[in-house]
Amino acid sequence: MPIQVLMPALSPTMEKGNLAKWLKKEGETIKSGDVIAEIETDKATMEVEATDEGTLGKILIPEGTADVAVNTPIATILADGESAADLGNAPAPAKQEAKQETKAEAAPAEAKSTPAPEKPAQAAPEAPKATAAADPDIPEGTEMVTMTIRDALRDAMAEEMRRDEDVFVMGEEVAEYQGAYKVTQGLLQEFGARRVIDTPITEHGFAGVGVGAAMAGLKPIVEFMTFNFAMQAIDQIINSAAKTLYMSGGQMGCSIVFRGPNGAAARVAAQHSQDYSAWYSQIPGLKVIAPYSAADYKGLLKAAIRDPNPVIFLENEILYGHTGEVPKLADYVVPIGKAKIARVGQHVTLIAWSNGMSYALKAAEELAKEGIEAEVIDLRTLRPMDTETIVASVQKTGRAVVVEEGWQQSGVGAEVAARLMEHAFDYLDAPVARVSGKDVPMPYAANLEKLALPSVAEVVEAAKAVCYR
Amino acid sequence: MAAAKKSVTQEKGQETKGSRTPLEFTKDQELKALRDMLLIRRFEEKAGQLYGMGAIGGFCHLYIGQEAIVVGMQMVLKPGDEVITGYRDHGHMLATGMEARGVMAELTGRRGGYSRGKGGSMHMFSKEKHFYGGHGIVGAQVSLGTGLAFANRYRGNDNVAIVYFGDGAANQGQVYESFNMAELWKLPAVYVIENNRYAMGTSVSRSSAQQDFSKRGVSFNIPGEQVDGMDVRAVKAAGEKAVKWCREGNGPYILEMQTYRYRGHSMSDPAKYRTREEVDKVRHDSDPIEQVRNRLLAAKVGEQDLKAIDAEVREIVNEAADFAQHDPEPDVSELYTDIYR
Repeated sequence: MPIQVLMPALSPTMEKGNLAKWLKKEGETIKSGDVIAEIETDKATMEVEATDEGTLGKILIPEGTADVAVNTPIATILADGESAADLGNAPAPAKQEAKQETKAEAAPAEAKSTPAPEKPAQAAPEAPKATAAADPDIPEGTEMVTMTIRDALRDAMAEEMRRDEDVFVMGEEVAEYQGAYKVTQGLLQEFGARRVIDTPITEHGFAGVGVGAAMAGLKPIVEFMTFNFAMQAIDQIINSAAKTLYMSGGQMGCSIVFRGPNGAAARVAAQHSQDYSAWYSQIPGLKVIAPYSAADYKGLLKAAIRDPNPVIFLENEILYGHTGEVPKLADYVVPIGKAKIARVGQHVTLIAWSNGMSYALKAAEELAKEGIEAEVIDLRTLRPMDTETIVASVQKTGRAVVVEEGWQQSGVGAEVAARLMEHAFDYLDAPVARVSGKDVPMPYAANLEKLALPSVAEVVEAAKAVCYR
Repeated sequence: MAAAKKSVTQEKGQETKGSRTPLEFTKDQELKALRDMLLIRRFEEKAGQLYGMGAIGGFCHLYIGQEAIVVGMQMVLKPGDEVITGYRDHGHMLATGMEARGVMAELTGRRGGYSRGKGGSMHMFSKEKHFYGGHGIVGAQVSLGTGLAFANRYRGNDNVAIVYFGDGAANQGQVYESFNMAELWKLPAVYVIENNRYAMGTSVSRSSAQQDFSKRGVSFNIPGEQVDGMDVRAVKAAGEKAVKWCREGNGPYILEMQTYRYRGHSMSDPAKYRTREEVDKVRHDSDPIEQVRNRLLAAKVGEQDLKAIDAEVREIVNEAADFAQHDPEPDVSELYTDIYR
């Protein structure tokens, strides 16, 4: 049966082109791969290669014809044993049927104009709602151990490494040096060099190695000396770790934790003092955690290591040496995705996470002295964000201040404000206020650095402003 | 067998180093190589056709001309060995034994595709066949593949990761970060550099200070060799040596496969950076499939047997194309699935 050669589309947007030249004549033998014609679009001249073998039977569109629509038959190819006599009754090729069908499916707008009503424009389904379990019960009489956040993190890793042979730690100086910030202290001694791995200074490469190992089923904890250096690795984090589950139709996921200090340290200037909360929290496929208390650092890191998804665990260098009470339980795991009410109040809601909580809690104390009872919410997890807890608080207080060390534009504070506007508009008695890092690279000079960061005074002032006091 | 002739895909003045006289294939090996390469060729031609008809969207990078590499390498692998590559990935998937219909349906964005229509040409995976993608970011698969090799070493098994990338990706920084770690930790990774002479439209001579890619691991003490990537027997012989090296715990190995892609970088490539004569010469002188076919004919295998292989392959490809065009698009509920586990 003669085969029809159709005008090909050379790009997804091409609708028609000019048939510039025929390079084969009727009756010539054609092999797969032979260039049979040249076509022109507004962008380029391209060669049409034959994909079938036989003899060029008839040229249907002569050279020099302009504006030939894609999928128009331009020639017929005769297979072995066929002659020009077969051309008369060439049936419509299967290709064309397929084309029409594809077209109808690809363009629902067109389908609408036909009488068949069974294919209305499809609306996007509703996004699933994130749900999070409550924090674990701490039985009465549980011993509370005072420890630094640094040690809480170390204990979390050690416990999970004891529990699961597939968990390992890799990063710069995590083993012999015992961690640039001593977070991995003692791990090499307990677990050995196979599972506590010093990497060269090669963030892009070792992040990719970690993701590859995770695709193969291991559960890496990848430490970045600070998240500033993870910018070299951000392609692997977003394009490989976050998207692969989706792009593989659920076949290939990636259980991996990227952790390390994030945000401003002290006097290290712009390249070493950036808050990446907003950057990572924008990415579907990632979970993003930024705790404040020692107990949460431990319980959430354990949850992150167990989570089958890629998790960004943002720590804070300033907080590493801070102490807090951690329940002495065999397995203290805090669920990802649940905000915590760190202080109860009824006049204004202060929303923060990570070191932002330091300002919020101190501000709440100051405000209490002036008769304003602030409710302080520690988001703990930035993605998925616990909208419910924030909204419930604002329904009670009617006022909200978001505190973050990062920049305002497209920041997490902006996201919180937008959600409050969407879900608690009728309850707001004042616009949501934001206290944030100033819109500048972090300066080195002590006085300027102080000015660039949020302060307790700014939080107090913002809280009073939304309370109209 | 005569001494290996200089690969016609090489640029002038560039000598092959380390390419050896290919081992003779048995008749069965020749037939299998022919069949597997033909499947890729016919599949890719069909994909090109479907693209031209608008049934495949976006980017579509065809593997035509390079078939001997994946087919030859696959002949030396054992179950459990991992394969990972970049975006020109259809051939690799078919070589690992992934089904043509599932690959084609992914190209058309249908629910029966390997990624249920959510990945497309550049993003497909198969846990079952140990195929780890299909990656769209040039060079990313090199670090990821090194991670696969890391996992083998961590688990103490003797699996080897085959990490494919092109001459273009070979200029990415993370490739060298990966080389360093792979040799430092003696990871079982065979880095297969498919040098098809053009990174999109930029020829190797315009992009690469060191054009002998087998030497790209020299600073890391990784051994490497150049291979005639148009001769499936040479590929298999080199692959055998490299895989053995890795399996025995000696660390990584680099194979530069000298090859050529007949088609443009992607479907919308007018290919003005090279001449038609250059393409035709490679096709005529060293086509990987014609080489095998000619040897089989010389060995008195009947035309009929070869035609039967042709027919079998066309049948698979036609069935795949038919499935790929009639399978429904993903259900809209799939929009929000597979973001988290």
